[in-house]
Amino acid sequence: MIEARQLTKVFRDRKRGEIRAVDALSLRCAPGRIYGLLGANGAGKTTALRLLATLLQPTSGTAAVGGYEVTEAPQRVREQVGFLAASTSLYGRLTAREMVGYFGRLHGVGEAELAARLQGLADELEMHEFLDRRCDTLSTGMKQKTSLARTLIHDPAVMIFDEPTLGLDVMAARAIVQFVRRCRDRGKTVIYSTHVMSEAEKLCDTVGIIHNGRLVAEGTLDELRLHYAERDLEEIFVKAVGGELEHHAT
Amino acid sequence: MPLEPTTRTAGLFRRNVLTIYAKELRDTLRDRRTLISMIVVPTLVMPLIMGIAGFVMTKVVRKAQAEASPIAIIGGADSPATAAELRADPRFQIVETPDYRKAIADKRIRAAVELPAGFEAALARGEPATVMLYHYEAEMRSGMGVGALEDFFRKLRDRTVERRLAAQGLPAELVRPFAVKRENVAPPEKVGGNVVGGIIPYLIILLCFTGAMYPAMDLTAGEKERGTMETLLCSPVPRTAIVLGKFLTVLTASLASMLFSLLSMSVSFVVGARMLFGAGQGFAPPAGGAPGGIMVSVIDPLGVVGVCALIVPVAVLFSALLLGVSLLAKSMKEAQSYVSPLVIVIILPAMVGMLPGVELDAKLALVPILNLSLACKEMLSGVWRWHYIALIFGSTAVYAAAALAGAVALFRREAVLFRS
Repeated sequence: MIEARQLTKVFRDRKRGEIRAVDALSLRCAPGRIYGLLGANGAGKTTALRLLATLLQPTSGTAAVGGYEVTEAPQRVREQVGFLAASTSLYGRLTAREMVGYFGRLHGVGEAELAARLQGLADELEMHEFLDRRCDTLSTGMKQKTSLARTLIHDPAVMIFDEPTLGLDVMAARAIVQFVRRCRDRGKTVIYSTHVMSEAEKLCDTVGIIHNGRLVAEGTLDELRLHYAERDLEEIFVKAVGGELEHHAT
Repeated sequence: MPLEPTTRTAGLFRRNVLTIYAKELRDTLRDRRTLISMIVVPTLVMPLIMGIAGFVMTKVVRKAQAEASPIAIIGGADSPATAAELRADPRFQIVETPDYRKAIADKRIRAAVELPAGFEAALARGEPATVMLYHYEAEMRSGMGVGALEDFFRKLRDRTVERRLAAQGLPAELVRPFAVKRENVAPPEKVGGNVVGGIIPYLIILLCFTGAMYPAMDLTAGEKERGTMETLLCSPVPRTAIVLGKFLTVLTASLASMLFSLLSMSVSFVVGARMLFGAGQGFAPPAGGAPGGIMVSVIDPLGVVGVCALIVPVAVLFSALLLGVSLLAKSMKEAQSYVSPLVIVIILPAMVGMLPGVELDAKLALVPILNLSLACKEMLSGVWRWHYIALIFGSTAVYAAAALAGAVALFRREAVLFRS
C-alpha cells in the first residue's frame, strides 16, 4: 500500500530561488493495482517517486509505504520497496550474479534463500546465459533484466518504477511492461511513472496526471475519459495540463 | 533529519559494512586504473623514476667532474710562468675568447681568470695583487670550474708564502700555528636516518595519498556519474554503514600503496646495494651496523616499524578527507579538479619536514603531516621521543575522526548526494 498525504518537496536553488518540485501531492495505491504517474519532463514525477522511496526527505507532508511512514522509518520503507529508475544503473565491474547477490545481502536475505531466489529470477527473466558476465559487457536488454532481478531479489511488497522504459528499444520496453503486469498479478503495489501515453493506457489501473509538481487529474482511464469527454489519453493529458495552465493564468 | 533507527543491532550493522567493503574491494581490484595507482606506481614506477633520476644525475656529475674545465685567461702576457702552469694543469682546457662574459653566459667556458698587469713582477717585489675569477652563479659546471681555479691559486699563494718565509729563514708553521681536522662521531644509522629519513616519509606520505585518491573518487563521484549511487541508496542499509564500507576500501588502498612502496623501496635498496658493492662483499643485516654506508643497512629497522604505525592515522585522515571532498563532486572530472590541489597541500608540510634544521617540538607535533614527517626522520635515525610520538598519534587520530565524521555528515545530505 502507498498513501501520500500532502507530500511536498521544495528545493532551494541559488539562481532560480525556491522550486516546489512536488506540491501537496496526495495519492493512494492499493496492493494488486498499478498507479500510473503521468507527466511531462520536469513535472515532478522523479522527485515524487524518490520521496516515496525515501531517497529524498519531504519538506512537508508524509507518506506511508508498505506500512511505514517515510518520515519516521525510512529504512523500514526501503526494506519494503523495489525501486527501478532509468537512473539506477548497475556496477559495470560486477557480474550480473554478483550484482543481484550484493543487493540481496544488503536487504538481509540469507545465503540459502538468496541462491534459491536468484535461480527463480534467472529462470523467469531468462538470465542464465549472462549471469556470470560482467555488467559492462551486457546488452541494454540484459542490463534491464539484471536491474529487474536486483529490484525483486528481496521480494518487496511495493514496486516503484520511474520511467523504466526510457531509452529502451521496443522489445526491451515490452518485456518491462509485461514484467510490471506480472508484479501486479502477484499482489504487489505498483507505482509507475511515464510520459509515454500508450504505456499508461496499457498498464495502469489508476492514472494521476502531474504538472508543476501538482496532481491535476486522477482516476481510472474510464473516469478520466468521462470527465474530459475524450477517448485518447494524450488528449486528456493535454486538456488536464492546459486546464492547469489556464488555472494558473487566471 | 531523523537518525537511523536504533533497532538495528550492531551485528547487522557490522555485516552491512563488511558486505559493502567486500563488494567495493572486489570492484576496486577489478579496476585497472585503481590497480595502477595502488600497486604499479608505488612498486615499479616510483623506484624506476628515482633510479633513473639518480643514475642520470650521478653520470652527469661524474662526467662534468672528469672533464677538463674550459676556461679563458685574460691578460697574463707579462706573467708567462703562471699562464704556463695553468695550461699544464690537466683540470683546465684554455680557450681563447674575445668576450669572456658572453662565453661564460653561453656556457662555452666554465670560468675565466684575469691576471692583473705585472702580476708575477708584483709577487717578486712582495707587492699585493688581485686575481679576478669570473663565473656563473648557481651553474654546476661553472661552479666546478671556478672551484678548481680557486684551488689552483690557493696552492700558488701557499707556495709563494712558503718561499718568502724560507727567504727570511722562517719556518712554514709561522703562518699555520695550528691545524684543524674534523671527524664524524654520529653512529651510522643516524647518518642514514638523516640522509634518507627526510625523503622516505615524504615518499610514503605522497604514495599513501595518491593510493587513496583514485578509489575515493571512483567510489563517490564515479558512482554518482555512473548512476549506481542511487541504486545503492535504495537499499535499506544505513548511510553510515555505506560510508564506513567505502571508507575501509579507500583506507585499504591507501595502506596497500604504502606497503607496496615500502617493500619496493627495500628491494630497490638491497638490489642497488648489491649492484654497487657486489654480492660477495658482506651485505650486513640491519642490526649489524653499516659497512660501506649502504642506505638500507644504516636505517634503524625499528624506525621503519614506527613509521608504519604512525602512518595509519594519517592514512585514515587522507581516506576520510578524500572521500568527503570527492563526494561533493558529481563527476570524476569535477572530483579530480577538487582533489588535485590537495596534493600540494599534502606535499608542502612533508617537504618542510625534509628541510634541515626543522626539528620536532610540541607545537609542530600538532601540525598534521609535518609532524609525521619530522617524527619519521627521528625514528629512522633511532631517536624515540615517546611524548611527541603519542602527541602526534593522538592529534592525527582526532583529525582523522573529524574527517570521517565530516564524510558521514556529507553522506546524509541529499543536496550532496543528488547534485545535478
